[in-house]
Amino acid sequence: MPINDWFKARENRKYTVTSSASGDLPDGVWVKCASCKHTLYQGDLARGAWVCPHCAHHFEMNAPDRVALLADDGSFEETDAGLTSVDPLRFNAAKPYTESLAKAREKSGLTEAIITGRAAIGGHPVVLGAMDFRFIGASMGSAVGEKVTRAFELAEAEQRAVVLVTASGGARMQEGMLSLMQMAKTSAAAERLARARLPYVSVLANPTTGGVTASFAVLADVVLAEPGALVGFAGPRLVEQTTRQSLPKGFQTAEFLMEHGMVDAVVPRPDLTVTLATVLDYLTGGCVAAGGAS
Amino acid sequence: MARHVMDFERPIIELEEKLAELKRLEIAGMPELASEIEGLEAEIERLRQTLYAALSPWEKVQVARHPERPKTQDYLEMLFTDVVELHGDRHHGDDEAIVAALATFDGRRCVVLGHRKGKTTKENIRRNFGSPHPEGFRKAQRAMKLAEKFGLPLVTFLDTAGAYPGIEAEERGQAWAIAECLATLSDLAVPVVVVGIGEGGSGGALAIGFGDRLIMLENAYYSVISPEMCALILHKDASRAAESASCLAMTADDLVRLGIADEVVKEPLGGAHREPEVVFARVAEAISRALTELCGSDGAALAEKRYARLRAIGVVAEGE
Ligand SMILES: [Zn+2]
Repeated sequence: MPINDWFKARENRKYTVTSSASGDLPDGVWVKCASCKHTLYQGDLARGAWVCPHCAHHFEMNAPDRVALLADDGSFEETDAGLTSVDPLRFNAAKPYTESLAKAREKSGLTEAIITGRAAIGGHPVVLGAMDFRFIGASMGSAVGEKVTRAFELAEAEQRAVVLVTASGGARMQEGMLSLMQMAKTSAAAERLARARLPYVSVLANPTTGGVTASFAVLADVVLAEPGALVGFAGPRLVEQTTRQSLPKGFQTAEFLMEHGMVDAVVPRPDLTVTLATVLDYLTGGCVAAGGAS
Repeated sequence: MARHVMDFERPIIELEEKLAELKRLEIAGMPELASEIEGLEAEIERLRQTLYAALSPWEKVQVARHPERPKTQDYLEMLFTDVVELHGDRHHGDDEAIVAALATFDGRRCVVLGHRKGKTTKENIRRNFGSPHPEGFRKAQRAMKLAEKFGLPLVTFLDTAGAYPGIEAEERGQAWAIAECLATLSDLAVPVVVVGIGEGGSGGALAIGFGDRLIMLENAYYSVISPEMCALILHKDASRAAESASCLAMTADDLVRLGIADEVVKEPLGGAHREPEVVFARVAEAISRALTELCGSDGAALAEKRYARLRAIGVVAEGE
């Protein structure tokens, strides 16, 4: 390629950001930015991918909005939509688990704390999953663990990449050890996808902590995080109480973790779709045949 | 030795102390106390049977945390020979909250991993009370890979309150270190036998805590969250831990019922610390049986079976 064409090609961005058409939120509803305290129209916020136009604060995003933001238009086809948690331990401390589940379903309109499905991102066939913090803090119980595991298995069966957007308070204690074991189960499924040499990219959104962080969320080939997202194993309050030390500035933020070598890149939300598509270009576009011993 | 007394056993301990006093007096020249001594002995035995034979989940947690309870180091010394400890994670340091070792069990060469609580305050500080940092998990992962590379079965002992929630632990990727252990363990092509000997605190236990067999001591626990933390979250009151312990299905029997553990090793009345030799023998027998069953299998088949085993854990409903 002549050198001038080379530079011209660099000018041509392959992807353009599509707006996250986020439903039909009434324009009249006000929201206050938690960071800069500006008052914003909800409709404007939704059209701007829930990023504050004044200070770039990233609002938490629910799972359907997240899917709309990342999946190519019309490509998303939900899987395991009817898969839900039950109450295997008949957990009844403070408030019955069944009640928490019913409330979460009503509040979110979802059956569980994650949506999964087939999708395309920048034309790449993927299995896309997005967690929803409104659903019992997007904690991982049997149903979340099963849906994540099936997402990896579906990807392997159909030779797709996996893209998961995480946000979670950790394991769902109302399912006791069944929840803890989902960490092992989902990690095992991620490991099998890795052995099959299919790409897995995770996006750590605010907040991702506990058992989800310490399992499938960080086992991706490329780990991205959103600006300012709180990511860690133990929550900051527990760390403070246990160590009786004051926490370093920016402790457990995405930026802090990148500085410490734990995430590949902190990606502002307006760039996220393009970044994912580009990363998938690379991970599916190697020119050397995969071979040798695994 | 001054024994650590658990709250719920105080009535027994008080009677035992009274009995000792009466016996002293009897020997010192008060033979008329003989019948009183006999009566007291019978009462103590009755009380032991009712108190110890039906411990509540929270009482079991206290037994599991008993400072004199046999620890990983005891099992390593009593059940294994020719032990070569392996130190360090090759990145940052050596975390003494986890031990990794080459060790021989009944003629079978193995890799052993375990959480290591100390026996004295001084040792406990060095070992961070058995709560690992990322280095501990990375050392464990290194040992797992070593086991696989040379076809050595892996035997692990669980006894931790949990991974350490510290600033440096977070900076150096506690979650990453645990997750990588989970991934490595999930398809390790050698037999993996796990023994829950004391505390099984959440992700820090799980990192070396699942495999082809899970053997639980009767009073050991394994839980997604500590009962105190659970009570703090649910009731804003850590002192309601007993209630939480009953809700979390964290005892050995619960784990068998949920299809997570394979067998429960009976402990002597009052807990493993009462007669450690009995416990060592029973654990040895359980490990021996597990290794005999597993060691004939091909590594890839083992990993495949392990996945199926994990795959089956969880209870969900599928509607439309
Ligand atoms: Zn703002």
